[in-house]
Amino acid sequence: MNGVHDMGGEQGMGPIRYEKDEPVFHARWEGRVYAINRTLGAWRKWNLDASRHGIELLPPADYFRMSYYERWLERLTNMSIKSGLVTREEVESGKPASGSSKAVPPITAANVEAAALIRASARRPQAVAPRFSVGQQVRTRNMNPIGHTRLPRYARAKSGIIERDHGVFLFPDTNAHFLGEKPQHVYSVRFSARELWGDEAKPQDAVYLDLFDDYLEPA
Amino acid sequence: MGTTRRGFLASTAAASSAALTQNLAHAADEAAHDHQVLPSDPALRVKSLESLLVEKGLVDPAALDAVVDAYEHKVGPRNGARVVARAWVDPAYKARLLADGRAALKELGYGGAQGEDTLVVENAPRMHNLVVCTLCSCYPWPLLGLPPVWYKSAPYRSRAVIDPRGVLREFGLTLTDDVEVRVWDSTAELRYLVLPERPAGSEHLSEEALAALVTRDAMIGVAKVTLPEKGAQL
Repeated sequence: MNGVHDMGGEQGMGPIRYEKDEPVFHARWEGRVYAINRTLGAWRKWNLDASRHGIELLPPADYFRMSYYERWLERLTNMSIKSGLVTREEVESGKPASGSSKAVPPITAANVEAAALIRASARRPQAVAPRFSVGQQVRTRNMNPIGHTRLPRYARAKSGIIERDHGVFLFPDTNAHFLGEKPQHVYSVRFSARELWGDEAKPQDAVYLDLFDDYLEPA
Repeated sequence: MGTTRRGFLASTAAASSAALTQNLAHAADEAAHDHQVLPSDPALRVKSLESLLVEKGLVDPAALDAVVDAYEHKVGPRNGARVVARAWVDPAYKARLLADGRAALKELGYGGAQGEDTLVVENAPRMHNLVVCTLCSCYPWPLLGLPPVWYKSAPYRSRAVIDPRGVLREFGLTLTDDVEVRVWDSTAELRYLVLPERPAGSEHLSEEALAALVTRDAMIGVAKVTLPEKGAQL
């Protein structure tokens, strides 16, 4: 979707604010939100792409107002309710509905290292034929899907060169909406800075994106 | 402070769309700036949510402790620095690392979440690499830990691709015109680590001493690795 999360090339966002000796988490709750996100995923009610899309669906003003982990908290709450893990009433009261049964968490202290810290790879073993080859000139599609996509706006309808074939991965655009994995090749595509931004860019500079077969057409 | 910001945002809703972009940017800036003075609201909400999830048997609080502990104390940029130092002292390892990052990183025991497929890109006198995720916050967790706030912020994500040289100047790094700048936008499940240039004059240093010089910022590509000032203890 053409959301505010798709920031590449936006201007007027202000200076980069660098924090020296920044802590991993700025408050205890940030670490808890991070850890709940990581472990609750084991219930397999959503996947990584659906979860990214959950952030993209936040209203634009909220997206900018919230800190990073506030967004995660919002997404976590929304997805937990939507997937039926909890009800809105339970979130509001902070208590399980009376008479609800108690589950057994799939991730415990005993298996957390294997289960939560090593996430399943998005690589797929299927032998899918690549549509493009290294060195080939390609053009990205001009597409504006209302769902999840990993083709940023700044790189749509642009010409680039396939630099590397990364192999076969599941397709986020369908996976985020539980419409199947649609495994396909991902390529490293080189775009000259001038192709993306015009003549003011240095001729030797370039931006590399990892793009799925479905985003590309022959140039 | 929170109320002021909310009031400010309410007023932006009525603003024209051109002004809105500016104001939202300003708000994002403020949000980043306010990071350490967050209202207690999220803390209370998280506490309540965690207790609900624990009572329902959906999460194990000890598992949460373990995840927080791992990212606060075990997984971090020291891992990436160890890889960089090894590549500096062992040309065969460096060749393997650049050819197949995944396999070479596994040799040192690194892999897992947000790093299953990591590509290492090498800086040189006339080549500078910079890593960003314009769409969200993709980052090589096993090698660098969790990303700093600035890496996830609108100013960095928006400008790294359109004005990488300007971004680097902001970090104090001015590149001349004979340098090629390559920006890596992490749009799929590949993650990137920059292999910085080994600083001149570091020939006498051990692998361990070299690793101590390598910073997180250098492995993202917003800084170079430098030797400590003369006279400093190494």
